[in-house]
Amino acid sequence: MKHHIILRIGAKLLIPPIMLFALYVQFHGDYGPGGGFQAGVIFASAFILYGLVFGLAELRRVAPLAVVTKLMAAGWLIYIGVGYAGLILGGKFLDYDVLSHDPVSGQHLGILLVELGVGVTVASAMLVIYQCFAAHQSRELADDEW
Amino acid sequence: MIIRLRNLFAVVMLSSVFSLLSTGLFVTLDAVDVAFTEAAVGAGITTVLFLGALALTGSIEKPQRGRPYIALLVMTALAAMLLYGTMDMPPFGDAGAPAHRHVAPEYITGTQTQIGIPNMVSAILASYRGFDTLGETGVIFTAGIGVLLLLRRRLSSRQQSGGGDAE
Repeated sequence: MKHHIILRIGAKLLIPPIMLFALYVQFHGDYGPGGGFQAGVIFASAFILYGLVFGLAELRRVAPLAVVTKLMAAGWLIYIGVGYAGLILGGKFLDYDVLSHDPVSGQHLGILLVELGVGVTVASAMLVIYQCFAAHQSRELADDEW
Repeated sequence: MIIRLRNLFAVVMLSSVFSLLSTGLFVTLDAVDVAFTEAAVGAGITTVLFLGALALTGSIEKPQRGRPYIALLVMTALAAMLLYGTMDMPPFGDAGAPAHRHVAPEYITGTQTQIGIPNMVSAILASYRGFDTLGETGVIFTAGIGVLLLLRRRLSSRQQSGGGDAE
């Protein structure tokens, strides 16, 4: 892709707004449409765009597989951790009412943390799957092959 | 409308377009959260992953040998059973349908008083049905681990041989 200057500049311009939009979808999910699943996919798509344009080696430099794999587990552990936090604080598993001083703000906190866990897992899982698929490409595809 | 194609690249593109069109359908039905997911997952990332898979396997479907009469029979029987099952469904938009009478009213009133957030979908997804979402996240985690286990060996051997094909 070295000669495709329009694609490279276009990707560089697009990636920051995509990531910002993903964060907006993530943390505004309580108030508007969106949530962890959508935000995770959008966040991963920014990285995938980077990988498509600049190559897998560059993508693996900014998002190493070892780190992404651990994040994938960490997201789910955040979710389960919120569940156990409710258990420890005297409620039921995944009961957010007891997380804060009153039930409504406990629910706010619980939903925010749970959605964060979902977002982290989804984004990293998409990156892991993309990196695994892209690593198998043993040859450059010619333009007329598609 | 039925389209038959052997060029899998065109199939992937058409399913992406179909996904984008159904996004419009979901918006018309006021299901913006579903539309959002369909646009991001169905039209976006699935297309990229399909193209990645096509790059590994080739983009033309192999012609099929023989005539799959048994498959046709099974599919017809399954379709008949499913159609028979839908005959008991309440009409579309029926306010007396069980889905609208069982727990839905409780969720609608409870979102304001118990959860206190404006987006009802988030309240149901993350709080009322928190166990479901925990399981769904687990499914995505498992999918990532599965792909990693199946494809990782070549990934790491390519790394050691400096990007060359190790096999």
